Amino acid sequence: MKKLLTALLFAPLLAFASGAELHLDKAPVSTEPAALQNGAKLFVNYCLNCHGASYMRYNRLQQIGLSEQMIKDNLMFTADKVGEPMRIAMQRDEAKQWFGAAPPDLTVVARSRASEFGSGADWLYTYLRGFYRDSERPTGWNNVIFENVGMPHVLYELQGEQLAKVSEKDDGHGGKIKEIHLEQGKPGKMSKDEYDKATADLVSYLVWMGEPMAETRKTIGTFVIAFLGLLFVLSYLLKKNFWKDIH
Amino acid sequence: MTTKAQAVLDWVDERFPLTSSIKGHLTEYYAPKNFNFWYFFGSLALLVLVIQIVTGIFLVMHYKPDASLNASGVPVAFASVEYIMRDVPGGWIIRYMHSTGASAFFVVVYLHMFRGLLYGSYRKPRELIWIFGTLIFLALMAEAFMGYLLPWGQMSFWGAQVIVNLFSAIPVIGPDLSVVIRGDFVVSDATLNRFFSFHVIAVPLILIGLVVAHIVALHEVGSNNPDGVEIKKKKGADGHPLDGIPFHPYYTVKDIVGVVGFLIVFSFIVFFAPEGGGYFLEFNNFVPADPLKTPPHIAPVWYFTPFYSLLRAMVWPLFGLDAKFWGVVAMGGGVVIIAFLPWLDRSPAKSIRYRGPIFKTLLTIFIIGFAILGFLGTKPPSYAFFGVIPGAPVAQLFSLYYFLFFLTMPVWSKIDKCKPVPDRVTG
Amino acid sequence: MSVDHKVDAGRRQLLLATSAAGGVAVAAVAVPFVGSLTPSERAKAAGAPVEVDISKLQPGQMMTVEWRGKPVWIINRTKEMLDSLKKTDGEVSDPNSDKPMQPEYAKNETRSIKPEILVAVGICTHLGCSPSDKFKTGPESGVSADWPGGFLCPCHGSTFDLAGRVYKSKPAPDNLEIPPHKYLADTKILIGDDGKA
Repeated sequence: MKKLLTALLFAPLLAFASGAELHLDKAPVSTEPAALQNGAKLFVNYCLNCHGASYMRYNRLQQIGLSEQMIKDNLMFTADKVGEPMRIAMQRDEAKQWFGAAPPDLTVVARSRASEFGSGADWLYTYLRGFYRDSERPTGWNNVIFENVGMPHVLYELQGEQLAKVSEKDDGHGGKIKEIHLEQGKPGKMSKDEYDKATADLVSYLVWMGEPMAETRKTIGTFVIAFLGLLFVLSYLLKKNFWKDIH
Repeated sequence: MTTKAQAVLDWVDERFPLTSSIKGHLTEYYAPKNFNFWYFFGSLALLVLVIQIVTGIFLVMHYKPDASLNASGVPVAFASVEYIMRDVPGGWIIRYMHSTGASAFFVVVYLHMFRGLLYGSYRKPRELIWIFGTLIFLALMAEAFMGYLLPWGQMSFWGAQVIVNLFSAIPVIGPDLSVVIRGDFVVSDATLNRFFSFHVIAVPLILIGLVVAHIVALHEVGSNNPDGVEIKKKKGADGHPLDGIPFHPYYTVKDIVGVVGFLIVFSFIVFFAPEGGGYFLEFNNFVPADPLKTPPHIAPVWYFTPFYSLLRAMVWPLFGLDAKFWGVVAMGGGVVIIAFLPWLDRSPAKSIRYRGPIFKTLLTIFIIGFAILGFLGTKPPSYAFFGVIPGAPVAQLFSLYYFLFFLTMPVWSKIDKCKPVPDRVTG
Repeated sequence: MSVDHKVDAGRRQLLLATSAAGGVAVAAVAVPFVGSLTPSERAKAAGAPVEVDISKLQPGQMMTVEWRGKPVWIINRTKEMLDSLKKTDGEVSDPNSDKPMQPEYAKNETRSIKPEILVAVGICTHLGCSPSDKFKTGPESGVSADWPGGFLCPCHGSTFDLAGRVYKSKPAPDNLEIPPHKYLADTKILIGDDGKA
């Protein structure tokens, strides 16, 4: 019996990993209002031109400490009521012509990009810091974890240019793995640390936007489980009391 | 009881078997007194069924089965799920309860079935209970599969595409059958609408009917127990089984403990890990369905993966029929064979407590194999353990074992060395 | 029923405590379910205040705008129309607007902020139909020979005067509702928000 259970428990842990591996940098995700607000600003300025966030209403930004007036004055370029979602003006078919594919909605992008290699935040953090110059691409840009990406490097003015040094490495099975090392080329407005911080804020915002009630959920959950714990003790005592007659 | 209340009760009892039903199924339903941990999962399955029905009713109020694109270019069905998650007050709790409930249902049902294996609960006279149970499992798989299409994400879409195409493997009628199931040549709005109808009306009705039949049959013959002893054979002077106790209050108070314990685990997932690490809510399903782009790796949700592995294990054409057909046969056969267990098992003892080493060994391997099949089903066919041991032959080996376990059971269960079974339960 | 009537005090206390805690749990679970029946964020966003420009609304004309999915009428009343309100005082059931069917600032003779501009929800207080305007007076209106102008509900025949006051002996119990509103500028009204709520 016990053997069986142990075997069951450990079966899924037997092994891990296969196929193309992605090496993702751990994203320093923050839930601080200041970081989220900065992320929201970056999102609205750099992403929201092409990508919508059509399930995200502007007035929900109040949750990260912005007032309705601040939202209206500083962040709302695409809507005229704070209750409206973050839509874009760009036509989808036109976008498809320009980029090869319509830019996806980003409301839940942080949830969809999770994988066995890391959280969605890690993916986004690596992606946003992983653009490099590639003259063979129509946009002039490529990305370390998203090969032949259709999106140009929109944060270019902040990060500047990165150049790629490609080397090949043996993968241990007779094949070759392409390894890309990035080097800073022409500098941008931000230093490397500043840019990392900015992308971390942007990613934090995307994570928050993916599930705005995540913090509420955990708070409620703590109460629920504490209460159920109490109920468990009570029901256990009740059971004991009834069962004392059974031998 | 006051005389007035008694009068009302009498009035009802003359017209409806209220008091007698309560007696027959609760206060005077005698259950063996030695139920252990494994006996919680029947009542828990019932609890999860109720959770799914109640949350489902509320979700249907807001969900829209519509594959057309809205003004933002997102399918309406997908957007309506996010609408529930964000705009409907309390909607996210209800949705997470439902999505967690789906996985919880299978966890509970798998453990419930395992209990049956451990203690021979399917043996005479409980064959019908077991058959109803297998049908419930089948209905549950259909229910879960069709429900999984509704969020209309990438995994919903391509999962449905793959599974519906299985039917096209059936000789002669297959291709037409899969078109009839979809109502289109690909999974589309028509498919979404009919799956919605089946998921919210048709299958739940069947499921409830089968659950009632399962319980009625159980209460007709009485519950088995960890000793596999028939308590009805030893009755006291009062005509009640000596080793039986009334279900109510004893097992109601005990099951409440199980319910609360279950709810603690359930709430933990709902509130702290609703995605279940990508197993309960797959990451790719946060991308709206795109009929033009298959995700690099599609896997069914975890509860289907053992059977999915059986399907993938068949790669050889046989008797002039292609491998695809035999894969479907393996998958379907893997479920159906469970129903024959009462006639495959010829052991003199029901419970593992008195069964011999052959059963214990083979069952252990069976469970490990089933778990490995499940694990491999979540991985691409090219998967290798530690990067070296290829997964596909391992899956084939355990698929073969899966069927051999059942098919050779009449032989090994008979020759296994059992211990003598006591007359009374052992506490 | 049983012979042994000994009361187990401990058991009774435990039963009470467990039932009470279980009751609390059930009540707590009901919260999100009942909550999900209330208007969603989308409904609230759609129900947000509406800005209306009335600069082009001529005397004697009426315009309809949508607020929270309901028709809101804005009527620029002429002097004759306003005068008719004095005549109908005796025929309507709540001439002084005593029932709370309007904000405090519209509880007056004309049921409005500016005397000539009436803003009212065009939903009959009987069973929710939308009355039609009958601004023509007398027999021409098709209502009655001495009709002073007003509204007629097609469903059950309730009639209202030009301040939305319901006539006596009609199925509708109350005057038409005046929504919260305010003037942002001389010819600009914000419906749904009067800065007071």
